[in-house]
Amino acid sequence: MASGPSGGIDPIHQFAITRLGPSVSLFGNDISLTNASFFMIVVLGLAYLLMIYGTRQRAIVPGRLQSAAESVYELVHSTVASTMGQEGMKFLPLVFSLFIFVLLCNLVGLIPGAYTVTSQIVVTFALALLVISVVIIYGIAKHGLHFFGLFAPSGVPKALLPFIVLIEVISFLSRPISLAMRLFANMLAGHIALKVFAGFIVTLSAAGAWVAIAPLPLIMIVALYALELLVACLQAFVFAVLTCIYLNDALHPGH
Amino acid sequence: MDAEAAKLIGAGITAIGMGLAAMGVGNIFGSFLSGALRNPSAADSQFTRAFIGAALAEGLGIFAFVVALILIFVA
Repeated sequence: MASGPSGGIDPIHQFAITRLGPSVSLFGNDISLTNASFFMIVVLGLAYLLMIYGTRQRAIVPGRLQSAAESVYELVHSTVASTMGQEGMKFLPLVFSLFIFVLLCNLVGLIPGAYTVTSQIVVTFALALLVISVVIIYGIAKHGLHFFGLFAPSGVPKALLPFIVLIEVISFLSRPISLAMRLFANMLAGHIALKVFAGFIVTLSAAGAWVAIAPLPLIMIVALYALELLVACLQAFVFAVLTCIYLNDALHPGH
Repeated sequence: MDAEAAKLIGAGITAIGMGLAAMGVGNIFGSFLSGALRNPSAADSQFTRAFIGAALAEGLGIFAFVVALILIFVA
């Protein structure tokens, strides 16, 4: 945390991207290792270790790591099965990868001092674009032009149809934006709130007798931290569920 | 009015949008709970739907938050 331009404590400073190693560029683009990319690698390593070591023993009575790996898998499996049916099982690897990546990014970001990868909109928007591209490409490949029946619900009066189609198209186009914004803004707002309350402690400690109530923001941080833990898991789950729902549209485009 | 002041006032007004989204999310979970208490056996199957509704309602509040961010940091 650094002091901002106005002399107070700058809650945005935690999202600054800094270069960790030497500057590397490829075709004019800066691809050097930054704190964001470093923590992305950490998240991938953690996901790899959780799945490899969690499922290696394959014990009948699972240990702690195996239970963690199995319950995450069970959660995503049941979500995919309940929203898309057996037909949607071919998307299970995609949904599971997205879920575990977002979940671990959110959780690793909650470690004090760590960088929250999902608080960068470019990361969440790339994930959302991947989902929507899969929906459009798979939908058109499987159903052809019938996929566009998604925009024209059956049973709508003829006079209303142009407006309904317009609204459906706008709602479809806003899906990747809202999918990306939801995750990004939740992570951003949560971490800013934590830093703002941390700043209150510093300000109160420096304000003479007001130091007596400095523990109050500290208690608030503990409560907020618990809320953030819930939000981190919840947003990963919401991202996975909405991915399933959008993919279901590609599988069954008729309303 | 000073342009900087107008931006900050606009960013403050977006908080109304977030408050309204909070009412929406509260409404969804309130209705879910009152339904779940009437028929607890059906509650588990509708849990995911409650979260989807909450996520969609919350997304609209987050658009208001993004407008505030744009007003403060970008515009």
